[in-house]
Amino acid sequence: MIGRWRQRGTSRRHGGRPDYLAHAVLALGVVLFALPVWLVLAGSTQDSGAISRGELSLLPNLSGLGIYPHVLLHGAAGAGPVWRMLLISFGMAMSIAVGKIVISILSAYAVAFFRFPFRRTAFWLIFITLMLPVEVRIIPTYAVMADFGLINSFTGLTVPLIASATATLLFRQVFVALPDELFEAARIDGAGPLRFLWSIVIPVSAANIAALFVILFVYGWNQYLWPLLVATDPRLDTIVIGIVRMIGAENQTEWNAVMATAVLALVPPVAVVILMQRWFVAGLTDTEK
Amino acid sequence: MGAGPGLVLGHAFATAGLATTWRALSHAIRPGKSGKLMERRTVFRGWALPALLVLPQLLLTVFFFLWPAGEAIWYSTTVQDPFGQGSVFVGLANFAELFSDPLYLQSIARTAFFCAAVAALSMSSALLLALFADHKIRGRGVYRTLLIWPYAVAPAMSAVLWLFILNPRVGLFGRWLNQHGFNWDYHIYGGEALLMVILASAWKQVSYNFIFFLAGLQSIPRAVLEAAAIDGARGWSLFRAMIFPLLAPTTFFLLVVNLVYAAFDTFGTIWALTGGGPAQATDTLVVRVYRDGVVNQDLGGSSAESVVLMIAVIALTAVQFRFLGRRNTA
Repeated sequence: MIGRWRQRGTSRRHGGRPDYLAHAVLALGVVLFALPVWLVLAGSTQDSGAISRGELSLLPNLSGLGIYPHVLLHGAAGAGPVWRMLLISFGMAMSIAVGKIVISILSAYAVAFFRFPFRRTAFWLIFITLMLPVEVRIIPTYAVMADFGLINSFTGLTVPLIASATATLLFRQVFVALPDELFEAARIDGAGPLRFLWSIVIPVSAANIAALFVILFVYGWNQYLWPLLVATDPRLDTIVIGIVRMIGAENQTEWNAVMATAVLALVPPVAVVILMQRWFVAGLTDTEK
Repeated sequence: MGAGPGLVLGHAFATAGLATTWRALSHAIRPGKSGKLMERRTVFRGWALPALLVLPQLLLTVFFFLWPAGEAIWYSTTVQDPFGQGSVFVGLANFAELFSDPLYLQSIARTAFFCAAVAALSMSSALLLALFADHKIRGRGVYRTLLIWPYAVAPAMSAVLWLFILNPRVGLFGRWLNQHGFNWDYHIYGGEALLMVILASAWKQVSYNFIFFLAGLQSIPRAVLEAAAIDGARGWSLFRAMIFPLLAPTTFFLLVVNLVYAAFDTFGTIWALTGGGPAQATDTLVVRVYRDGVVNQDLGGSSAESVVLMIAVIALTAVQFRFLGRRNTA
């Protein structure tokens, strides 16, 4: 997709002078996005007292970089060590992304490649979950989690978010579109259903899986309401929960520590999006298939 | 813009995930084939293996979606005994109480305004950026990367980032405002708090809209634009007469996604920045469900609010489906 982006474009100026207006608008957009991040990056290296007096400078102070190892190991007022929260967030994001992908591939494969009783029913049951986001069933979901004894556990934090109608629908659609010849060829070679899934279907869906991984990793990393609800134990704080706790104590906040934590919280999901940009953008918008 | 797996993915991060899926479904359900799902012609035999494969997803769905939703409906018709001894069936009394509460009605209006403002702001900025990013200029690739990364920012994180801009004491701009004679403090003034959560929520969503608008612009055949240019359409007139109408499907799709985002996913932004205050100035429907249910422990009332939200989500889905159905048969 990025490749396609580069090739195309409405070229209203062939050669000629640079398109100053386009540069100006895009640069303004870039600055509006980057400014808050630059602010926390520069601020994290400054003195907390100066920040709370409103003397935040836009220039970083390299000698203040020591705050990063400090928050990683000791945390800041309101939350525990940052390495631990990063670990919980990473575990949560990975479990949700991988779990959703695995479970959805399996169920989509069953629905697309088999005819079994109640197949339609199963499909619609999964589909209906789209209409029940966690935001609209906060209390009863908490009650069900409590019945299962899953409050304040890593399982409770991740497993309920693993069901995914969206991913199932996506994979079903990819699988239905796979050419019949592929299927026939595999059958002539004597491949059973599981072998066919593992050796053919998953490899040819790799691009879809990669795109979905980016979206689901970011989704998992960015969860806020769910952990707030099921994990009150500070040892299960995700980095997003932790940083909101830190700004909550607004009067004795160690601002530079909060800013350093914000930077650390932003790096993993932003890195995933930028590094996997090609698949991510293609997967998000591809309309050809 | 046709419907494809890409659009299903688009939805994966919008929690209520409806818009894209309906598109995918409307693609799967071929018009003229009596509404049947598109199927493979070649399949494996047997039923035990597929049943086993679909089981994990079904179990999660039943235990963590259907059961809680059922309980929400049940709870919404009960009130807790004041002494904590069980609950009493009261029919629709919780709903009657809800809709006779002026604060709740205000919250509905506020949520509608908030959603409209977030969608309008983030979609118009994204469209402007996409129009220029579609020009053939140097460094387009770099601009694009620098414009899509905020997709990765958590709603609650965008609250933290905006705090450092607009907080009256430590925020860069908030502080500046106060030094120049404006009484800026979103802890005190409701309008300012609402403005701030709108800005923080819209800011985070621009990237997503940008990606879709740019893809939409690029799917417009170049010949069409060149023909329009020959007919003398330039700049604004080209946009109004050609580009905007051709982008309409993308715009409508994004409108639904943005409304769902603003209604549900912004909980983190609002809760972290204002907690719904001051004096309920930023109290949206989801914030209310959380506050009434978790903070105030009002099981029946909060469940009734949840049921209202479920109905809203289903209604939004139906609107989207009708629209797509019409487009497909047209």
